[in-house]
Amino acid sequence: MPEPRDVSFPLIFERSRPGRRGPRPPAPGADAAGELAGWLGEDQLRRRPPRLPEVSELDLVRHFTQLAHRQVSIDGNVYPLGSCTMKYNPKVHEEAARLFQDLHPNQAPETAQGILQLLYELQRDLAALTGMDAVTLQPAAGAHGELAGILMIRAYHEARGEGEQRRVVLVPDGAHGTNPATASMSGYTVVEVPSGRDGEVDLDAFTRALGPEVAAVMLTNPNTVGVFETRILEISRRAHEAGAQLYYDGANLNAIVGRVRPGDMGFDVVHLNLHKTFTTPHGGGGPGTGPVGVKAHLRDFLPVPLVVEHDGVYRLSEDVASSIGRMRSGVGNVGNLVRAYAYIRTLGLEGLRRVSALAVLNANYLRVRMKEAGYDIAFDRTNMHEFVARPPEGVRTLDIAKALLDYGMHPMTVYFPLIVREAMMVEPTETESLETLDAYADALTEILARAAADPEYLAGAPYHTPVRRLDEVRAARQPVLRHRFDDAD
Amino acid sequence: MQIPENLRFTASHEWVAGPEDGVVTVGVTDYAQDQLGDVVFVELPEVGSEVAAGDAVAVVESVKTASDIYAPVAGSIEAVNDELVDTPERINEGPYEAGWLFRIRVADAAAVAALLDAAGYRRVVEDEA
Repeated sequence: MPEPRDVSFPLIFERSRPGRRGPRPPAPGADAAGELAGWLGEDQLRRRPPRLPEVSELDLVRHFTQLAHRQVSIDGNVYPLGSCTMKYNPKVHEEAARLFQDLHPNQAPETAQGILQLLYELQRDLAALTGMDAVTLQPAAGAHGELAGILMIRAYHEARGEGEQRRVVLVPDGAHGTNPATASMSGYTVVEVPSGRDGEVDLDAFTRALGPEVAAVMLTNPNTVGVFETRILEISRRAHEAGAQLYYDGANLNAIVGRVRPGDMGFDVVHLNLHKTFTTPHGGGGPGTGPVGVKAHLRDFLPVPLVVEHDGVYRLSEDVASSIGRMRSGVGNVGNLVRAYAYIRTLGLEGLRRVSALAVLNANYLRVRMKEAGYDIAFDRTNMHEFVARPPEGVRTLDIAKALLDYGMHPMTVYFPLIVREAMMVEPTETESLETLDAYADALTEILARAAADPEYLAGAPYHTPVRRLDEVRAARQPVLRHRFDDAD
Repeated sequence: MQIPENLRFTASHEWVAGPEDGVVTVGVTDYAQDQLGDVVFVELPEVGSEVAAGDAVAVVESVKTASDIYAPVAGSIEAVNDELVDTPERINEGPYEAGWLFRIRVADAAAVAALLDAAGYRRVVEDEA
């Protein structure tokens, strides 16, 4: 029995009519099936065609266009998801990416000098911006970059004969969930370091947690509550004295780009989220792009291939002494690497410095406006590119988030970081105007006023979205992950 | 919010009942389930595995968040509450009864007595609020 759904929009399967179809592709060759069976094995061939929805091209276009119009997106309205840096993705970057779309990853380097030069310069630019000595463009997401970084640190300790001894990775209690997940996937035991009342790493607790068993310390700076770790040089000194490597999660680089460099803070490894700071689209969940920079002592462990230059000729090099290997095929998500390059070249260093300045200014403006509206600020000090607020007593963050949808605005990140109850983590980014920031603050102010006047209002929001409150609990407890045909057994 | 007088507690919001014949029962407190919200998924430790005090041995996931559950005392996992796999809502409905998570055969009974009593745990909760 199919589950009843409270959704009026039909599934593509429900639009299906027998025999209806789009353009007819050319028929396959006479022995296509035999040829495929030769490659894949007879048992891999379908006996029956897949049960795909049968719709005309126009039906298909309308279905997805209508769905797209129901999305809340950065091209539609403000999208201040904390820690996600949902800034505008300039359309000129799409033009830049299109210039390279006909290239093949495996074509001869002498026929692809343009893209190789671009990638080489991007490696160099990202190294310069982060204060690192070498950069790999391979990792396909932030968490993938973390994995590459921690595997390099593991290889480094192993090469020094300390692989067995160093089994622990320290992460702050406010860290992104990917940090402990990465450390755990790399075979390490995770130990959490508490934050102090000021929102920064508790230096005494951190020092107590250090020891000869610690392989790495993973930090985000500014951290996940939008506070700059002012004691970072001391943290770095103590970590290195204990023989640990310092890992920089680049999720929050937007706050400091062009101004402060992780390498100068003492970090040994940095991953960057090009889909955050460097405007490559988050669209549809990816593809992300997570280049990793390292200091010189880790250069020999970088994943391959690297783009290298000799006498003005560019090529891909596998010549890395103790490489951890490949993180994926090819050089990386090249289309997005091109977009990031276009961004850096469009803005230049001065432009990037304005990015971080305005990102921080916008976030501070919104913090003050939310405070005036009656929201509680978790660490009420001058913040960086984001901040964490809480609704007043008796109001739930989830309800505020739902109510924002009626204004056509995307909610902030909710219930993260875990160290703040009812957390609302707000990151407007530099690309929002004063008018948009005011509109967001006005909406948040009005929601609280309406909630005070009518206690039922918040519990019922949203009222004007295509679907209203979804049953998130049931969706999580009994997920339906594929279409169930009415007549299927 | 219930804090039963006959149980022991941790600052990370686990409760401990017993030991009875050397075995304690562990769950999350009423306060913890209220903070988590509707629990949708539970990952339990393997029966027979050895755990140290403070080890993350289980995961409780709600719509809002996922939380590690720590072993309050050292010992070996004697039993787990398999019912939670299909009905994790038992943690919300009865955190001190049907929502128990696992049982530990304790290495050292004195470690149980050293945990927080109800008054001590109440102070932890008041401090967080």
